[in-house]
Amino acid sequence: MKGFISKYDKDHWGGILMFLLGLGAMFQGMTYKIGSLSRMGPGFFPLSLGVLLALMGAAIFFTAKKDEAKIKEVPLPPEWRAWFLIVLSLIAFIVLGIYGGLLPATFAVVFISALADRENTVKQATLLSLGIAVVCVVVFWWGLDMQFPLFRWG
Amino acid sequence: MIEQSLLDLWYGFGVALEPHNLMWSFFGVLVGNLIGVLPGMGALSAISMLLPLTYTLHPVPAILMLAGIFYGSQYGGAIGAILLNLPCHPPHAVTCLDGYPMTKQGKGGTALGITMIASFFAASFGIIVMIFASPLLVKMAFEFGPTEIFSIMLLGLLAGGTMSRGSPLKGVAMTIIGLLIGVVGTDVNSGTLRFTFGFVELSDKIELVALALGLFGVADFLKSVNRMHIVGSGVKVRLRDMRPSKAELKQAFFPMLRGTLIGTLFGAMPGTGPTITTFIAYAVEKKISKTPERFGHGALEGVASPEASSHSKTQVDFIPTMSLGIPGDAVMALILGALMIQGIQPGPQLISEHADLFWGLIASFWIGNVLLVVLNVPLIGLWVKLLQVPYRYLFPSALFFIAVGVYSTNNALFDVGEVLAFGIFGAILIALDFPVAPILLGYVLGPMVEENFRRALLLSRGDMMVFLQRPISLGFMIVCALLVFGQIFFAMRASMRESVRKKEAGARLDTV
Repeated sequence: MKGFISKYDKDHWGGILMFLLGLGAMFQGMTYKIGSLSRMGPGFFPLSLGVLLALMGAAIFFTAKKDEAKIKEVPLPPEWRAWFLIVLSLIAFIVLGIYGGLLPATFAVVFISALADRENTVKQATLLSLGIAVVCVVVFWWGLDMQFPLFRWG
Repeated sequence: MIEQSLLDLWYGFGVALEPHNLMWSFFGVLVGNLIGVLPGMGALSAISMLLPLTYTLHPVPAILMLAGIFYGSQYGGAIGAILLNLPCHPPHAVTCLDGYPMTKQGKGGTALGITMIASFFAASFGIIVMIFASPLLVKMAFEFGPTEIFSIMLLGLLAGGTMSRGSPLKGVAMTIIGLLIGVVGTDVNSGTLRFTFGFVELSDKIELVALALGLFGVADFLKSVNRMHIVGSGVKVRLRDMRPSKAELKQAFFPMLRGTLIGTLFGAMPGTGPTITTFIAYAVEKKISKTPERFGHGALEGVASPEASSHSKTQVDFIPTMSLGIPGDAVMALILGALMIQGIQPGPQLISEHADLFWGLIASFWIGNVLLVVLNVPLIGLWVKLLQVPYRYLFPSALFFIAVGVYSTNNALFDVGEVLAFGIFGAILIALDFPVAPILLGYVLGPMVEENFRRALLLSRGDMMVFLQRPISLGFMIVCALLVFGQIFFAMRASMRESVRKKEAGARLDTV
């Protein structure tokens, strides 16, 4: 991720992110009852945290300095394919967990995420996922008696 | 008083040596060591991955096992740090500085041996401090009302945010994010659903395991996929390489002692992380050394002192965690979270109400440390082999264990979604140079901070001055203020120096 962020300034982006999250927490907090200092409602704490976070975001933004040591650092290229596959592998676990069962979900999460590493071949990924699937059946389903059917449809 | 402590300790050994408890403690130590050695896995991911397993256990074995995983992974992590220059658990980053050069000089075995000795010595010292200091602290803690508890929690959070590495502003921002994540769910006082955005599953708070594994597991994989290149495998360490010579022992003894004392001091302070402790231990050693130029090129002192400090801090850290309910760092926050899941409220009453748990835990520390030395010294060859497990097989398998572990906490796939969300969020934060550990601290303390803040102000009828009027609370507040002003002072001084340097550089350019 460093590859495309270092073109801008990390602290600036971080400050903006914190500021926006703080504003979000403030506005969401205001929808609950705020109350007074002696009788706080459920909105008081989130609202004050939101204000603090927004202030911190602003402070991070305005104190951002160009770090000369970091500019010289060669930025690593972004790993879009790997990031996408790792995220996809967990989504696959959830979806296949609902429409397939534990075994297909296990195979999918290991297989898809193994492909994220450039050095893994399809064969290696398959073998690894089969191995983990065996561990899964023996340890979790048979040994620990987990509440998750090995196969199910919907 | 001392007699009472010794009697309690005797009782503790009885609890810890019960076969059932001993077995789980051993299991924890073994698995912790195993996961700690694996490249890219630290104490945090080890504990959170095995946390779901403890839900079905009785509280005593559960906590003994978690503690075992923690110090087991610390021993294991040192092996990776010294032999492969891989600091999987941040405190080991300092150990790498001198440990890895020693490996390159062929003295990796000695470094490991000294590490084991220093760790064992420091842990034993920390345990003794814990035995005698806990009852004192408990006496004091009984005087605490909501005002004092809020003040000390504020101090813990502030210290946790500012004393981690990197920008203090970013650390504090992360603490606030953690507090906000802790707000999600049903408000205990009014029953209002807060920040649930229509998800029924969120009404019962964000899952601790999902948060921890997202931030320290998935986010970490996203960061290091295709970037983790392990060098220096093929190192062989045999048992007899580990035995340090008499001169080396003598050389390491005082650094070890100093490291232990620094660790003990920092352990007693809530919120100061282990990483900063090891850095300070290293800096002190370098400062007082007659030959500071050796540091960074394989100085034995630079391995002994930080390792000792991190282990004594680990033990002493349990005091504020158990007796005040204020965790020192993210790992302690996880253990605290596990206690609360078991229905045990940490606090001054814990030692009297759950004497078996508290004294059993202390005794098990000792047993665990002995077990670790027994496991590590003869089996070192095996652990070194484990270092060669390639990362490309490791992280897909770990993702599976994460998914299944999180699922099993509530038997819900929704929690797996939470892990994914926090993983992506954590990866973005890491990419922007934010420290993620304070989030966990904020999350665990959040509900208690809110409750005590609310109660304190309810009692004082909305008068904020109450935090400064009560003497104990005032003390904590003064330390908080010192922390904040100290950070501002250091930041200003740094930027002044920077501008002076720039001016000088500019002047030099002009003359050329």
